[in-house]
Parts: sequence; structure tokens; C-alpha cells
Amino acid sequence: MVRYIIRRLLQLIPVFFGTTFLIYYLVWRLPGDPFAAMCGDRGCPPAYVATMRAKFNMDDPILIQYFKYLGKLVQGDFGTTYQGLSVGKQMAMAYPTTVKLAVIALLIEALIGIAAGMYTGLKGGGFLDNLVLISTLFLISLPVFVTGFVLQIVFGFQLGIIDVTVPPSAPIGSLIAPAFALASLSMAYVTRLTRASILENKRADYVRTAVAKGLKPNRVVGVHLLRNSVIPVLTFLGTDLGALMGGAIVTEGIFNIKGIGNLVYRAIFFKESVTVVGVVTLLVVVYLLMNLLVDLLYAVLDPRIRYE
Amino acid sequence: MSEPTIASQVEVRHVEAIVGESPSAEAPQQKPDKADKPRSLWSDAWYDLRRRPLFIVASALIALVLLMVLVPQLFTSADPYYADLARSKQLPSANAWFGYDVQGHDMFSRTIYASRASVIVGLLATLFTVLVGGAAGMISGFYGGLLDAVMSRIADVFFGLPFILGGIIILTTFRSDSPTLAEAMLVLVGTIAMLSWPVAMRITRSAAITVKQQDYVKAARALGASDGRIIVRHMLPNCLAPMMVYATIALGAFIGAEATLSYLGIGLPPGTISWGVMINDAKDYIRVAPHMLIFPAAFLTTTVLAFVMLGDVVRQALDPKLR
Repeated sequence: MVRYIIRRLLQLIPVFFGTTFLIYYLVWRLPGDPFAAMCGDRGCPPAYVATMRAKFNMDDPILIQYFKYLGKLVQGDFGTTYQGLSVGKQMAMAYPTTVKLAVIALLIEALIGIAAGMYTGLKGGGFLDNLVLISTLFLISLPVFVTGFVLQIVFGFQLGIIDVTVPPSAPIGSLIAPAFALASLSMAYVTRLTRASILENKRADYVRTAVAKGLKPNRVVGVHLLRNSVIPVLTFLGTDLGALMGGAIVTEGIFNIKGIGNLVYRAIFFKESVTVVGVVTLLVVVYLLMNLLVDLLYAVLDPRIRYE
Repeated sequence: MSEPTIASQVEVRHVEAIVGESPSAEAPQQKPDKADKPRSLWSDAWYDLRRRPLFIVASALIALVLLMVLVPQLFTSADPYYADLARSKQLPSANAWFGYDVQGHDMFSRTIYASRASVIVGLLATLFTVLVGGAAGMISGFYGGLLDAVMSRIADVFFGLPFILGGIIILTTFRSDSPTLAEAMLVLVGTIAMLSWPVAMRITRSAAITVKQQDYVKAARALGASDGRIIVRHMLPNCLAPMMVYATIALGAFIGAEATLSYLGIGLPPGTISWGVMINDAKDYIRVAPHMLIFPAAFLTTTVLAFVMLGDVVRQALDPKLR
């Protein structure tokens, strides 16, 4: 197990450098001069441009720039934007909202998905099973911006139940509708995964044993069946949380949520390269660690899986 | 194209001749088997598929979409480019079933014509993804060792990029200021393929690793077949099933991805007729003219649904465990 963890951590290193360098490279060669529109119509004085270029190491080769950036990063310094704002502070302000949204979305998809999957998996066949299967396919096909807009039009504009846009403080009540839009796709996957898993385990020997020794159906399902069936679902949810924490650019845009997705989207369009690189680096780290955690969790949850 | 391993395990049932046109790319390309031979994986899947209502619905929808792509004139006589500001944002009526957009374009006609750009981007992106990912997965699964480790790490790098975020960054980096439609499409296709090939690679790689250990591969090697011949003649046909399933579902997903990126304003350029661009045009008017959003969104969702549905039933048909 320890050897497995070490091997996985070693595998993370090239991926971390590869992904962050790829992003760094792409972002810093974004077309256009970042200082072209900064000083109004008359353009920036050459001295200012020279200072700024030196400050952001823009005259170094890209590889050296990247390592200078990483060097600061390991000291916890995400750098400052061209306007002198601290990127770390910007992220600290935006991230709690994104995490809140991600957790609500995760709860929604887990609760509804597992419940629907368990129900259809246990019953198997029949009208409701088919209905759930078709509606999951439908949810998988709905692009998130369509879900978001439809929720906004129907529940926001026409019925007036939800807030059309989320206020900056992002209270939990106003995040429920965006979280639904965000969760709908994964909800469908969770449902199908739970259903398949239950169907497969329903006929397992240990379930037959549990029934044969006279356990109540509730206990057979709740303790024996569910606990074994939920393992693949949990790993999916873990990976998904990693993805959700990456911010939802589209959903945050539709509902005007001031989260990390919104921050990075604006940064890309205003050519705030430092912000983009900082946010993406953070997201990649979160995503990679989440995946690692899920792999380890798998080994803990399912003792049948052994790593050399 | 015959699958000795799986076909021999399949019970011999009465084999019907495969009649009629193949409604999809997944349809087997082979002649009907002789009645006394076990059916191959593909003809068995085809036998199974024809009996599934979901498959018939999905193929019918896809046929309809393809007809819209090829001959949109069949569905509408209105010119999708003709705009009349006097009828801006008019609601659906008997004259224009889907109403008019801000510029006064006929929405019905535009929605029909939009299928072309969306489907072409989806098809090309799927083609590139499957070719690149498939080739990479096949090579790394076949050779294994250091090559496999290096290629898998490279794939991990691209896999670690969140799709939309990565898409925005790549697109803003590589697109020119006023691209022609072909350029914009190519960049978009390249972006989608760049972010998706690791998935195709993983699927092919794991299939290739399984197939590599089969007896017929060992036999071919013992007979002196070259690596290239083993890969192309023996491994490729047997890795095709999972790739096909992935490709079908991915096609649907990529049509959705095109729409998402165009909706964000960085996919296809404004002025192109595509569902994503139409939804992008509509987003500022959803309160006064929701029809501008609803119709392209419905067509988009239905098309994606058709492909996802098809992929789902094909997967079930090809996986003997699920039958």
C-alpha cells in the first residue's frame, strides 16, 4: 500500500509540471499586447512598459519564466495582476463560493442519484425503470447552459421562485438552482452507476446468505447490498467533486456567481495572464489530489482490491 | 472481420439475413453468415439491436438530422440569411413556426440550417479524437514498457485540463482575429480533439492490452507476422467495439461541446449559423424572446440525445454481459 502511494505520488510529478507548463505556455502566448489598452488612448510610456515587462519576466525565455513563477508559487506567492492586485487574495475571495456551490451540487447528485438508482436497481424493469433510464439519457444530453437558462426562465422569470442572479454574498438558498443545473449531468451518471451496481450485486452470494439467515429485507439492502454497491459510486463522486471544484464557468456565468470560474473567465478575456495561470494551477492541483484520494479510498473501501 | 473468441461462445441461433440499409456507422459491414456458423460479435449485436425500440428511435432521429445536414431545403424554403428588422423578435406564428430572432431572421429556417455546422464539427472532432487517441492507445498498449509510461503521462497532462477551461485557453491562444469559417472550424475541431484524445487512448489502450494476450496474436507472431501487421490485421478489428461505442457517444458530446464553446463566444464566429451561436445570440433576450433560445436548444438536445442513445444501445448490444 505504501509503495503504491509513493508510486502514485511520483506519477503526479510529471503530470503536474506538464499541465502547469502547458497552461503557462498557452496563456503567456495569448495574442495581443497586455499593455496596449492599459493607459488610455495615448499608450503607455516606454519606461512603464519596460518596468512591467521586467517585473513579469516577459523578456526571459518561456521556460525560465515558468520556473521563476514556480519558484514564487512554492512560497505561496501567486503573484500580482498588471493592476497590482494580489492574485492570491482574489482567489481567496472567489473560492469559498465555488466550494459552496460544488458541495451543494454534490449533495444533490448524491442524494437524488443514489435514491433513484437504488429504487430502479431493486425493482428492475417496468415502467418506472424505463422512465428513469430515458430521463438519465435526456439529462446526459442536455448541455449545462440549456439547463441553466431553462431553470432561470421557468423558475426565475415566470414563477419567481428562485433568484435570477446570485448576490455577491452567495447565500445557500440562492445557490440551489445553479447547483441543480451543475449537478444534472452527474446526477444521471450516479443514477446509472448505482442501478448497474445494485443489479450486479443483487444476485451475489453474500446477499443470498444474508436473506437465508433470516435478516430483515431492510438490513439486507441497507447494510449488505448498499455498502458494497456504493463503492464505484463513491469513487465517481470523488472525481466529480474534483471537477466541480474547478469552478463552473458556464453555470457561474449564467447565474452571475462570483466564483473561481467567473474569475478565470474574466481574466482570460482581459488578458490577466497571472490570474489565469494561478487559478488553473490551483485547480489542476486540486483535481490531481482528488483523483489520488479517490484511488486510495477505493483500496480502503474495497478490501478485495490489493495493490502490490 | 470475424471475432473468433467471442463468436465461438455465442450460442447458435437462427440467423436471418441482414436486410435493408445500415442506418448507422455501427452496422456491420459484412455479408450474412451461413446458417450453420456461429455469428460474429457484430452480427450478433446487429441481431440484438434491431429488436430494441430505443435503437430504432435513435437511428430515425439521426437519419432525420443527417437529412437536415445534407438537404436543408427539404424542410424550409425560407432563406436563413434574409433578415428584416421589422419583424425582429416576433413570436412564433403560422408564417414562421419558430418566430424571428433579433435581426429578423426566420428562426425555423436558421435552426434547420444550423445543423450543418454543428454536425460537421462534431463528426470531424470525433474522427480526429478517435484516430489520434486510438493510434496512441494501440501503440502504447501493444509495446508497453517505457513508451507506454511516457505516452500515458503525456495523456495525463491533457486529461488534467478541465474541458471548458482548457477549451477557452486553447481557443483564445490559437484563433486569429477574423477567422474564416473553415479556419474557425478547424481550430475548434483541433481544440476538442486535443482535450479528448486521452479518453480515447485509455479505452483503446486497455482493449489492446487485453487483446494482446490472446492466442491468435501469439499465433500470428509465431508465424512471423510483423508488429504492424499484428496491430492492423489482428488487434484493430478486435479493439473496434469499445472504440465504436465511445465514438458514438463522443459524437453527441462534441456537438454539445461545440454549442457550449460557441455559446461562450469563442467557438464558431458570430454570423455562422450554428446552434451554439444562435443560443449565444439569444442569451441577452431570454426574458422578452425565450423562443430564440428554446428552439435551437431543443434541436441541439435532441441531436445529442439521439447519438448518446445510440451509443448506449450499441454498448448494451456489444457487451454480452449486459444481455
